[in-house]
Amino acid sequence: MSKPSLSAILADFAVEQASLLPVLHEVQAAFGCVDAAAEAAIAHYLNLSRAEVHGVVSFYHDFTVRPDPRPRIELCRAEACQARGVEALVAAAEAAAGNKVRVRTVYCLGLCSSGPAARVGDRLHARLDEARLTALVKSL
Amino acid sequence: MTMVRISDDALALACGADAVAVAFAAAGCTVERVSSWGMHWLEPLVEIEGTGFGPAAPEDVAAILSGTSSKAIGPIADHPFLQGQQRLTFARAGRTRPLSLEDYAATGGWASLTRAREMAPTEVVAEVLQSGLRGRGGAGFPAGIKWQTVARASGQRKYVVCNADEGDSGTFADRMLMEGDPFQLIEGMAIAAHAVGAGRGYIYVRSEYPHAIDKLRRAIALAAEHIAPFALEVRVGAGAYVCGEETSLLNSIEGKRGEVRAKPPLPALEGLFGCPTVVNNVLTLAAVPHILAPGGASLYDSLGVDRSKGTMPVQLAGNIRFGGLYETAFGISLDALVNQIGGGTASGRPVKAVQVGGPLGAYIPPSQFHLPFDYEAYAGAEALIGHGGIVVFDDSADMGALARFAFQFCAAESCGKCTPCRIGSTRGVELIDRIRGGGKGQADAVEALPQMHNARKAGRSRDEDLQLLEDLCETMQLGSLCALGGFTPYPVRSALKYWPEDFGA
Repeated sequence: MSKPSLSAILADFAVEQASLLPVLHEVQAAFGCVDAAAEAAIAHYLNLSRAEVHGVVSFYHDFTVRPDPRPRIELCRAEACQARGVEALVAAAEAAAGNKVRVRTVYCLGLCSSGPAARVGDRLHARLDEARLTALVKSL
Repeated sequence: MTMVRISDDALALACGADAVAVAFAAAGCTVERVSSWGMHWLEPLVEIEGTGFGPAAPEDVAAILSGTSSKAIGPIADHPFLQGQQRLTFARAGRTRPLSLEDYAATGGWASLTRAREMAPTEVVAEVLQSGLRGRGGAGFPAGIKWQTVARASGQRKYVVCNADEGDSGTFADRMLMEGDPFQLIEGMAIAAHAVGAGRGYIYVRSEYPHAIDKLRRAIALAAEHIAPFALEVRVGAGAYVCGEETSLLNSIEGKRGEVRAKPPLPALEGLFGCPTVVNNVLTLAAVPHILAPGGASLYDSLGVDRSKGTMPVQLAGNIRFGGLYETAFGISLDALVNQIGGGTASGRPVKAVQVGGPLGAYIPPSQFHLPFDYEAYAGAEALIGHGGIVVFDDSADMGALARFAFQFCAAESCGKCTPCRIGSTRGVELIDRIRGGGKGQADAVEALPQMHNARKAGRSRDEDLQLLEDLCETMQLGSLCALGGFTPYPVRSALKYWPEDFGA
């Protein structure tokens, strides 16, 4: 599958600042990051300054400046999952991940009655224990 | 052919509902995907002719179909967890297919919108005022007053914005409603639009909820002709907790950094793109179709206690045996919610604390479990109801570590606009580390420099450190622009007040 070009992504959006977040989501999804070149092209298209675009990219946790080709698992470490023991699983998950998988902390996946919970892409996992979590990390 | 009903709620999916559905289909059954009943410890819950089986795994299929399964729980609707509830907002939970217009219309859908559109906008606002409905996002501001302000404001364009940035840990009612009954939210927003004269609406959903985003988008497309000329769009957040604050949410929709705006001006007067805007939580807007049903406003007003009217979908979460969604009239005690309905902790150990109202809510000890669920009663006890999430902790919880986490979370999620939150949160982490680490015996290298003539040359005693922490909490509470910095002191102070031993006393 070939990647869509940046200009093809931009052409789908109205030229206004309110398009910026949806544009950034598309670019992040297509390229795995919003780098300096993309920032410049987006700024030009939406008639914004590069500083405005960079300010938004750097504000939100979902946008990254560099791509990380490793598969990613998002582990919830908010209070409800802490109450269900997620902190005791973190070391094992990171050991299983090594340098091959990126373990990212998120605060709340909305599965708070059945944690510890994790997300891989759009797939959710609940009621994790050490064995299930490490198996999940190794399967990525 | 046997008809099997299994939820497609994100929590059921996370517990393996898809595999169970595939197994039933392979066994020759017709599988219908419905919303979740909200009994999360039983998910994936399988329903066959009203009888429930759960939590079900693919290997249970044969036993369930032959009637020998040990996972049978009897008729679902008669389950004690559901019998005790008073479901208005979640009346359809477990009973309908989320994206079926047919199911929605058959259960009274669109009737309130039709009725509202036959009324003058001022009459619609009057019914919402009469119901006593208050914002369910946390602040508890009367929804009718907000609508009235927007309706009376002058402006060519007005907006209705739904705050679906449900970032609080321990809350999932917005997610369940968006995934389980999206048309109800859409209908509530269309009624609000009629009441205030708005032509366009946005639902701002956090990016951590991919299933809710997908369901809402499909539901909006299906419902477009029912709500026309009102037009709705889903906007996806980008992982910033602070965007649950209404003004930073508006900035985010406008394509800006999610920084908090100073108030005034109120969003009701100058909100999205500078226009008068209703910003309400998912549960607030989803309660509206019930209020606009004939007699609905009086029914709503008759429920609850004092100035907390109607029902609250309470979310039982954390280390709790029977977790899930419990919608009930205001006034219920924590003891009833945690010990009787929730069955105590999942680990079987004693309850040490519950945090009510998300990461910014106070930690409440069992000695306070008589508190009635009521905005004013909680405020009087230096706590908050917030979005109605209850996170239970057993006796292994370290309250000092949780107080530190409150500051750490605030530091990670602060938008950076105001100083008490941006810097105070980091100083708070350091201060708690110092208190827990036994204090600081002497001045550090910087403090000892001769030019630092205002700095203390001696260390601080524990009492002085605690006073400093109290000063910091006061500065954050009174000096922050929004609830993120302003409410972070709640979990910190309550943890210190009730569990000083966890701070190395």
